Amino acid sequence: MTIGSMNPPAPDPALAREQEARLDKTWGTPRGWRYWSSVNNAQVGIWYTAASLIFFLFAGVLGLMIRAQLVVPDNTLLSAQFYNQVFTLHGTVMMFLFAVPILEAVAITIMPSMYAARDLPFPRLSAFGFWSFLIGGVFVCGSIFFNAAPDGGWFMYPPLSTDVKQSGIGADIWLLGLSFIEIASIAAAVELIVGVLKCRPPGMRINLMPLYGWYVLIVGAMILFAFPPLIAGDILFEAERLLNWPFFDAKRGGDPLLWQHLFWIFGHPEVYIIFLPSIALLAMIVPTFSQRPIVGYAWIVLAAVGTGFLSFGLWVHHMFTTGLPSISLAFFSAASEAVAIPTAVQIFVFIATVLTGRLIFSVPMLFATGALAIFVFGGLTGVMVALAPFDWQAHDTYFIVAHLHYVLIGGMLFPLIAGLYYFFPLVRGRMLSERLGKWAFWLMFIGFNVAFMPMHFTGLRGMPRRVFTYPEGFGWDWLNLISTLGAFVLAAGVAVIVFDVVWPRRHATVNRNPWKAGTLEWLSPQPQKAWAIRSVPHVSSRYPLWTDPELTRKVDEARFYLPDAEELKRETLVTTALDGEPVQCLRLPGNSWLPMRAAFFIGGSFIATTFHLYWTALGSGVIGVAVILVWLWTGTAMIPEKRTKDIGHGLRLPLYVSGSDSVGWWAMLITMLGDMSAFFSLIFGYFFFWTIHKDFPPAGMDGPGVLWPGIAAGASLAAWAVMLAARRANAAGSAFALRAMLVINVLLAGAGAAALVYAPYATNLDPVLHSYPAIVWVLALWTALHLLLGILMTLYCLAGSIAGRLTREHDIDIHNVVLYWHFAAITVAVTVATISLFPLVKGG
Amino acid sequence: MVFGLRREPDLWFLIGSPTIWAIHFLVCYVLAAIHCEKAGMGFAELAPIRLWILGLTGIALVFVFVSGFRAWQHWGFGANRPPHDGDTPEDRRRFMGYAALLISALSFVAVVFTALPIFFIADCR
Repeated sequence: MTIGSMNPPAPDPALAREQEARLDKTWGTPRGWRYWSSVNNAQVGIWYTAASLIFFLFAGVLGLMIRAQLVVPDNTLLSAQFYNQVFTLHGTVMMFLFAVPILEAVAITIMPSMYAARDLPFPRLSAFGFWSFLIGGVFVCGSIFFNAAPDGGWFMYPPLSTDVKQSGIGADIWLLGLSFIEIASIAAAVELIVGVLKCRPPGMRINLMPLYGWYVLIVGAMILFAFPPLIAGDILFEAERLLNWPFFDAKRGGDPLLWQHLFWIFGHPEVYIIFLPSIALLAMIVPTFSQRPIVGYAWIVLAAVGTGFLSFGLWVHHMFTTGLPSISLAFFSAASEAVAIPTAVQIFVFIATVLTGRLIFSVPMLFATGALAIFVFGGLTGVMVALAPFDWQAHDTYFIVAHLHYVLIGGMLFPLIAGLYYFFPLVRGRMLSERLGKWAFWLMFIGFNVAFMPMHFTGLRGMPRRVFTYPEGFGWDWLNLISTLGAFVLAAGVAVIVFDVVWPRRHATVNRNPWKAGTLEWLSPQPQKAWAIRSVPHVSSRYPLWTDPELTRKVDEARFYLPDAEELKRETLVTTALDGEPVQCLRLPGNSWLPMRAAFFIGGSFIATTFHLYWTALGSGVIGVAVILVWLWTGTAMIPEKRTKDIGHGLRLPLYVSGSDSVGWWAMLITMLGDMSAFFSLIFGYFFFWTIHKDFPPAGMDGPGVLWPGIAAGASLAAWAVMLAARRANAAGSAFALRAMLVINVLLAGAGAAALVYAPYATNLDPVLHSYPAIVWVLALWTALHLLLGILMTLYCLAGSIAGRLTREHDIDIHNVVLYWHFAAITVAVTVATISLFPLVKGG
Repeated sequence: MVFGLRREPDLWFLIGSPTIWAIHFLVCYVLAAIHCEKAGMGFAELAPIRLWILGLTGIALVFVFVSGFRAWQHWGFGANRPPHDGDTPEDRRRFMGYAALLISALSFVAVVFTALPIFFIADCR
C-alpha cells in the first residue's frame, strides 16, 4: 500500500470538522489543576525540559560560586566544608539532573512529531519518569539549603564517602535520590527504544528513519547497560553505610576500587549517553541549513553504533592512577584511542554536508559550529589523557577539569542550545530572537574559552581539582582570575537566552516550517495540537517534506491514516521495526494522576530511607506498588470492544496483540535487560572479590553450602517451568488449569525465595564481618526479591483470569509475565551457581 | 546472528561484529586481570596468557571478517552506490549491508587495537 504516491482524496469538509472535534475531545489537555494529570509525551516533555533547564541554571549558579571562591588566592568567601558541597552538587546536578534528563526530555517532546505519531506507546510511563525525576531532583538539590548536601565529589569515592562520620547524610541523599532518578532514566529508555522501533509512520523503513531516531535508539540501549551497574553500586554502597556491610572496606575484605569500577562502567558510557543525543540534534540541523540531505547517512549509523559499543571499553581510563597493571590500562587506552574514529566520522559527515550544500548561516548553525570547534579541542585533549603516561601527570588536576568541560560544553551544551533555537518554533510557536541569539552565542563562546582555556595551564602548573583555595605565588593566581571572569561572561550569555525564552512576546507566531526543513516534525500544526498530527502519512523518503511539498496540506486535509477517533479513545499506529509496515492500532491510556502518585510514594520510600525511617519507607513503598498495580489494572492490556479497526484506505488493523508482537512485551524485555545488567554487576562484585583475594571464601567461613541453595534452585526453576505450562494451558483455553498452575507457581516460588534467604542464615554467614558473607547475602536477597516480584505478577495474572481480563484471546499479561519468569530463572540459576557451586569447583 | 545466516540483515546483524569486539575486549581484560592478581602482580610474566590472547584475537577477527563479508554480500558487493534511500526492501537491505560493513570494519580495527598491548608489555607491573 503506497498511498503516499497515490494522492488519496480528502474527506468531505463537514466530516473532517467532526473528526477534528472528536480528536480534540479525546486528546485535549485538561484545564485548571487537572492540567498536571496530563500524560501526553509532547506535554510531559515540555515540563521535563523546563525542569531540567531549571536544574541547569541552579547548577550553573553553583559553578559561579566555585569560580567566585577561586578568583583570588586565600579567599574566604566560602568555607571549605561548604565549598565541598557546592562542587559536589555542581557536578552531580549537571550530570544527573540536567545532561541526561534533558536529552530524554527533548526526545520525548519531539519524537512523536518526528515520527508523525499521535504519541509514543507508554505515555503514563513518561509521566511517571518525569515526576520521579522532579521529586528526586528537588530532594537532592534542596539538601544544600540545609547544609546537608553531598560533599564527596560527584563520583563519591569510598572510603571517604562510606565513612558515615565524615560524609554525613549528604552521601545518603546522593545515593538514594539519584538511584530513584536512575529509575526514571530507565523508564525513558524503555519508552524511547520501543518508540523508535515500533511507532514509525507507515512506510518509514529503517533506512529512511531520521538520524535522530538512530541516535535515540543507540542511547536508549546504552542506558540499559550503563545505568544498572551504578544502581548495583548504589545498593552495595548504601548497604555499607546503613548496615555496615563491608564491600568497600579493605580491612574487612572489601575494596574501594570495586566502587570505582561500577561507577565508571556507568560513568564513561554516560558521557556518550549525553553526547550522542546532542550530536543527533546537529544531525537534524546541519542538513536543514545546508539545504541538502545528509552526506553519509550510513556513516552516521556507523558512528552511533560504534561509539555506543566502544564507549563501554573506556571506563578504566578514569582509573589510570589506581595501580592496576599496565596491561589492563593498555587495553582501555587502546579502546579510548579507537573511539576517536567513530566520533570523528560524524564530525567529518557534518563538514561534508555543509561543504556540499548551500549553507544558510543562522543562530542554530552558529551554535553548531561553535560546538564542533569546542568539542574537537576537547576531543584532542581527550586523546592526550587517553595515553596513560600523560594521564599520570594530569590526573586530578585542572587539566582534567578543562578537558571535561570542553567535551561536555562542546559536545552537549552548545548542540543543545542549537537545538533549542531550532526546535523552539516547533514547540512554542514562535521564533527566538536572532539578534539576542548572536549576542548569546558570542558571549558564551568567548566566555567559555576565556574560562576554561586557562585551566589547561593551571592544571599543567599543578593545581589540583577540588581545592577550596590556594596560596599565592604558585603561578595560579592570574589564570584563576581570568577563568572567573570568563565564567561570568559565559553566564551572561546563558542569561540572554533565558531572557529570550521566558520573556512573553506578542505577534511572534511563526509559520509551520520556518527553517524549511525536510523531516516530519515540521508538519505539526501551529499552535501544536495535543493530537499532534491530523492524519498519519505514508512515508517514502528520508526528507518527506522536500520530496512532496504538498504533504503538509494533504496531511491537514485528513487524507491519510487514522484521521479520526470515532470511539473517543486515544490511538497510535504500531509498525514493524525494519520496514515500517502497520501492524496494530494501539489504544493508549488517557490522562491520570496515577503516575504522579506512584512517583510520590515510591520516591517517599527512598526519601524516608535516607532519614532511617524504615517503617515509613516500607509503608510508602507498599502504597507505591499498590498504586502501580491499580495503574496497570486500569490502563494496560485493555480489552477492546472489537477486534480490528479500519484506520482509513481500507486498512484494518488489530486493536489487541500479544506476545512479541505487543509493545508491552518489548517493554518487559527491555526492562529485564536492564535488570540483568544490574544483576551481573553484582555477580561481577563477587568475582572481583574472588580475583583480589587469595582465599575466597576466606578460611573459616563456610559458604551457604549446597543443600538450601539447591532446594531454592529446584523450587524456583520448577516455578518457572510451571509458568510455561500455565501459558500453554491458557492457549488451550483451560482457565482452571491456568489458575491451578499459577497457584502452584506462587507456592514453589515462595518456597524458593525462603530457601534462598535461609541458606546463608543456616551457615551463620554474618554480613558485617567480611565482604564474602556480605556479597553472598546481597545476591541471595536480590534473587529472593525477584522471586517475590514474580509472585506478585503471577497473582496479578490470577486476578486477571478470575476477573475475565486474562483469557485465551486476551493474553498479553501471561506472555509478559512468562517473559519475566525467564529472567527470574536465569537470576536464580546464576546466583545459586555462584554462591553454592563455584566454591566447590575452585576447590575452596 | 554473527554469520548473518538470516536471509535479511536485521538490527541484530548490525550489532553482531561490535558484540564480538565487546566479548573479545572483556575476555582479554578479565584474563589479564585474573592472571596478574593470581600471579602476585609485579614482575609476573604475561607470557602464559600471550598465546591465549593471540588465539582469541585470531578467532574474533575471523568472526568479524565473516560478518563483514556477509554484510558486503547484503550490500550487493557495492554494485549499487549509497545513499540507499529508496522506498524498497532492496534499498533497505543494501543500506543495512553497507552500514554493517562499515561497522565490521571499525570492529576489526578495534579488535586489533585491543590486542596490540600484549606485544608491548612484558609483565604485570
